[in-house]
Amino acid sequence: MDGDRITLLGGWSPSSGLRHFPRAVVCPFTGADDVEEVVLAPPGYFGPVPYGFGVVELDGSPPLRIVTRLQGDDIHPGARVVLAAEEVPDADGNPLATWVFRS
Amino acid sequence: MTPVPRGDVRISGVGMHPFGRFEGLTGTDMGVAAVRSALDEAGIGARQVQAAFCGTAYGGVAAGHRVLGALAGTGIPIVDVEAGCASGGAALQLGTASIASGQYDRVLVFGLEKMPKGVIRSSFFAPWQEAAGLSPAPAYFALRAQRLLLDAGLTRQHLAQVVVKNRRNGVDNPDAMFRTPVTVEEVLAARMICDPLTLFMLCSPNEGAAALVLERGGDGSGDGIRVAGISLRSHLPGNVLGEDSPLCGIEDSSITSPTELAATDAYEQAGLGPSDVDVVECQDTDSGRELLAWAELGLCGAGDQARLLADGSTLIGGPIPVNPSGGLLSKGEPLGASALGQVVEIVRQLRGTVTDRQVPGARVGLSHVIGRGANACVTILTR
Repeated sequence: MDGDRITLLGGWSPSSGLRHFPRAVVCPFTGADDVEEVVLAPPGYFGPVPYGFGVVELDGSPPLRIVTRLQGDDIHPGARVVLAAEEVPDADGNPLATWVFRS
Repeated sequence: MTPVPRGDVRISGVGMHPFGRFEGLTGTDMGVAAVRSALDEAGIGARQVQAAFCGTAYGGVAAGHRVLGALAGTGIPIVDVEAGCASGGAALQLGTASIASGQYDRVLVFGLEKMPKGVIRSSFFAPWQEAAGLSPAPAYFALRAQRLLLDAGLTRQHLAQVVVKNRRNGVDNPDAMFRTPVTVEEVLAARMICDPLTLFMLCSPNEGAAALVLERGGDGSGDGIRVAGISLRSHLPGNVLGEDSPLCGIEDSSITSPTELAATDAYEQAGLGPSDVDVVECQDTDSGRELLAWAELGLCGAGDQARLLADGSTLIGGPIPVNPSGGLLSKGEPLGASALGQVVEIVRQLRGTVTDRQVPGARVGLSHVIGRGANACVTILTR
């Protein structure tokens, strides 16, 4: 994370050929025990957007879809969005770094 | 995976504490009331059951012991079961299996809950997910509802029609929290919670209890309602819109849902199919959730929900009435008790003892819950 620039890191299992987010101990789809860290690019958006909460499809094969918060006025199925960093307060009011996709 | 009912397991008594908000009453108080009613119906006392299974998610340590303790019924195995919204279903599966396997002849299954007010919170999510806004249940419900509208060609009107149906049924249910009818216009004009779901389209977490006495059948008397099939299943991985509320997934349409897994098991155990079912109680945490369940349970094809709404198929008096109790949209949802509340309704429907909202001639009933975990439970009862 650098200012409002943020990189979304996930996991990748060479044996299953599948990525996931956030990185887990084993591949959450197959149970394969060979997970490596991978950078997940945010190329576009997939699906409906109810109140800043939706599904973004990341490039790659097969595509990986992640549940995320969304911000912007021009968000609709098929819209493209950009990954950005954001701070939110935790339960004690301390800043917590997180991500958001913006139109 | 189609095990469980091998022996003849019968429900010989049911009891309810109404669902709602009851200041001054504890979860234990409500559990005691429901258990006493079920024991009375079965004509036995608390010391005449051999084991007890208590479904609860927020009941705390030894919730079941507190209920049996208040009835001087301890000394037997008492097992608390947590499976989110399906907690009561999980308890019923364990109780049924304990009789079917020959371990016991008579057990008590009950569920209780006293939920905090507001949006359901749970330790299911990591604290950072809550802080980052990635945990509220209505947001996930709305995502699935949005997807349903796109895939099935449905509209907000259809979502509202489900609420109108269930609230109409709830008017005649003394155990329901909301007993006033609503119109489509009122539902659509209610406060938007999370697009497309308005306030009336979401059930209310609340308080209540339900209880059943299970007994080994097979004496030829034919008494009691038979547990013909029951299955609790969790989710398969991979669906980004899955009930397990994942943060990622690779596809969202080709993965069998936990409800479909459980329904397939239960139908196979019972030797019955969707066309044999006379009455259904299904999970209507939100009105979209009920429409999803219609297809998942085989009551209609995917995308066929609009036709069922148009021709009144799921109304009392239609060919496949759904949620004659008023559903969770009328009753509210006390997590540990909601599944067993559905079973109590089905038992009464099959007995033919329901006043004002009886499904005529019902012989086969199905109940269905789905929720956090994910966990889905489908139960088929026959008379």
